[in-house]
Amino acid sequence: MKRIAVLGMPNTGKSTLFNRLTGAGAHVGNWPGVTVDLLSAKILLGDAMVEIVDLPGFYNLHGFSEDEAVVRHFLETQPVNLLLVVLNSSQLDRQLALPLQLRDLGIPMCLVLNMSDEANKLGVRINTGKLEEALSAPVLSMAAKFGTGIEKLKGELNQLLHKHPELVHANEATFDQDIRIEHELDSLVHQSVTNPISLPVSMTDKLDRVLLHPWFGLRVFCFMMFLLFQAIYGLGTPLQDGMGWLFDQIKTDLLVPLAANWPGPVKSLVLEGLFDGISTVLTFMPIIALFFLLMAIVEDSGYLARAAFLTDSLMSRLGLDGRSFVMQLMGFGCNVPAIMGTRIMRTPALRTLTMLIIPFSLCSARLQVILFVVAATFSPKAAPIALFTLYLASFAAAFITALLGRKHYKNREPLLLELPPYRLPTWQFLGFEAWRATRQFMAGAGGFIILGVLMVWFLTHFPFNVPAASGQTLAGGISRALGPIFAPLGIDNMLSTALLFGFVAKEIVIGALAVIFSVGPTELSSVLAHRLDWVQAYSFLLFTLIYTPCLSTIAVLKQESKSWKVATVAVLWPLTLAWLSSFAFYQTARYFL
Amino acid sequence: MSIPLSKLETDLVGTIKSIHAGQELHRRLSGLGIRTGIRIKIIRRSPFNGPMQIRVGHTDLMLRPADAAHIEVCLAS
Repeated sequence: MKRIAVLGMPNTGKSTLFNRLTGAGAHVGNWPGVTVDLLSAKILLGDAMVEIVDLPGFYNLHGFSEDEAVVRHFLETQPVNLLLVVLNSSQLDRQLALPLQLRDLGIPMCLVLNMSDEANKLGVRINTGKLEEALSAPVLSMAAKFGTGIEKLKGELNQLLHKHPELVHANEATFDQDIRIEHELDSLVHQSVTNPISLPVSMTDKLDRVLLHPWFGLRVFCFMMFLLFQAIYGLGTPLQDGMGWLFDQIKTDLLVPLAANWPGPVKSLVLEGLFDGISTVLTFMPIIALFFLLMAIVEDSGYLARAAFLTDSLMSRLGLDGRSFVMQLMGFGCNVPAIMGTRIMRTPALRTLTMLIIPFSLCSARLQVILFVVAATFSPKAAPIALFTLYLASFAAAFITALLGRKHYKNREPLLLELPPYRLPTWQFLGFEAWRATRQFMAGAGGFIILGVLMVWFLTHFPFNVPAASGQTLAGGISRALGPIFAPLGIDNMLSTALLFGFVAKEIVIGALAVIFSVGPTELSSVLAHRLDWVQAYSFLLFTLIYTPCLSTIAVLKQESKSWKVATVAVLWPLTLAWLSSFAFYQTARYFL
Repeated sequence: MSIPLSKLETDLVGTIKSIHAGQELHRRLSGLGIRTGIRIKIIRRSPFNGPMQIRVGHTDLMLRPADAAHIEVCLAS
């Protein structure tokens, strides 16, 4: 099959062009030796099927970043017919360096001068004829965002494929030599690009005066984050609850009658194991789609880079950057999409550290548990203080983790981010992003989550002839064995069994407590109030907040980091920190009170 | 007379005289169009000694003062 590789620097609209060319059918392909996800799609061009591969955005063919290594590795190992090089029309003065570097690879090229609308507005004039001549490659001007010029590009690509029907390997010698192209670049830019003498004050400049203002900027940022959080919490949580309700209906009205005559263990396996596992995965769909929709807006509009600019001075001290902070805040809605969202960070060390701090964000599932227990065990006056200090503990746990982890996951790359002009994202692009993330979550983490739910089901239901979650089950046995570990935290065996359930999804803890104490949810409040004093309750909540993130979070952490080591750290470290925090709190409180 | 870019005042334009950075930072900078002879304008600085916003051609970038200290500029007329 014929193959075209799409390359370009970040912020050239490369992904938009790729989406326009390939539609919704693109998928993450596996390439030998390539560690990051590459989107590819097969499309019909003229009379032949052609595979189009979207390589990560990169600045320099001879650079040292992971993305740059990925591009080099791909070009070294995979033969292609054609390189489709996407350039930002208004930044040709530096971006033309890329085709000059790529030219020596000996692979036919086609250049797209994208975002021609923005260049026109700025008054940039480009002599495409001169460029074609100098680079001996066809040059097309277009605005992929609006779809103008796509059909022309397809025709051109088709022609080029007929002219170059063979797959070509890159000339490997070029990868090692970083030839001086600066002189050639200067003369090429001089010949083909005319920049206006002075730049008009753009809309972006005006907006930045407010949005990046030292005083207003941070306040607007807080407000934006509040809005985003509200959108995820206010829209996502009801959607998730709605899905949960739907699955409950299906279970009680359809499955329960159907399974009425099945033998006990099989019935329990299907209803409480398999079905709950599948519905856990599916209830995440709306929140992930919504999150990626919102993230795509924040990122494509250009605001994310501004947020990084405003918060960097705090975050750089923790070994992170401003984007980590945005993801951490998003994690307060739900950890799962926030961890998937870290893929915008292209430095592996920075990304891993961010993925390790997000699980400490007090997500909406944990908030349900905390609100229930706080209401049951604290006086109305003390309740808000308890809640507030738990939010503080959430930030503290994240920052401590960052401070401890920054040595190991050292971020060596300089923060050199573009502040692109503000742009309105297109609905089509937002839809693609949301759809792709949801599909990737289902495929990448779904199986793992279902397996985990089955495992917890087995622990809490075996042997089958005793009441579920009771002391005689495996889970009860484990809790007894772990009793001495939990006793210094004021957490008894019944509470620790509930924590085992909480591994599946934190919001289950309350339901699990009701099952364990064999009471309804209304009586549970008084049972808790009776059994726990506030010190025990707070210690239990502190542990619930910090301990092992839920199964879905671990599953996406594994999916995104592609590392069992990182996933293991993400399980063991929070457990340790939770124990230490609860121990410190419980013993101190007991000593003084 | 040249000064580090990190010391250049906001709203002023400097011409890059030399870059004292490792190969890694050097290549990243050149990929972003920052090389000797290029004019850079400081647009603004973020609060609490955070990154600075600089303009090179039609590109706005953010750069931490620690990295900017490796770039020597002289005041452009």
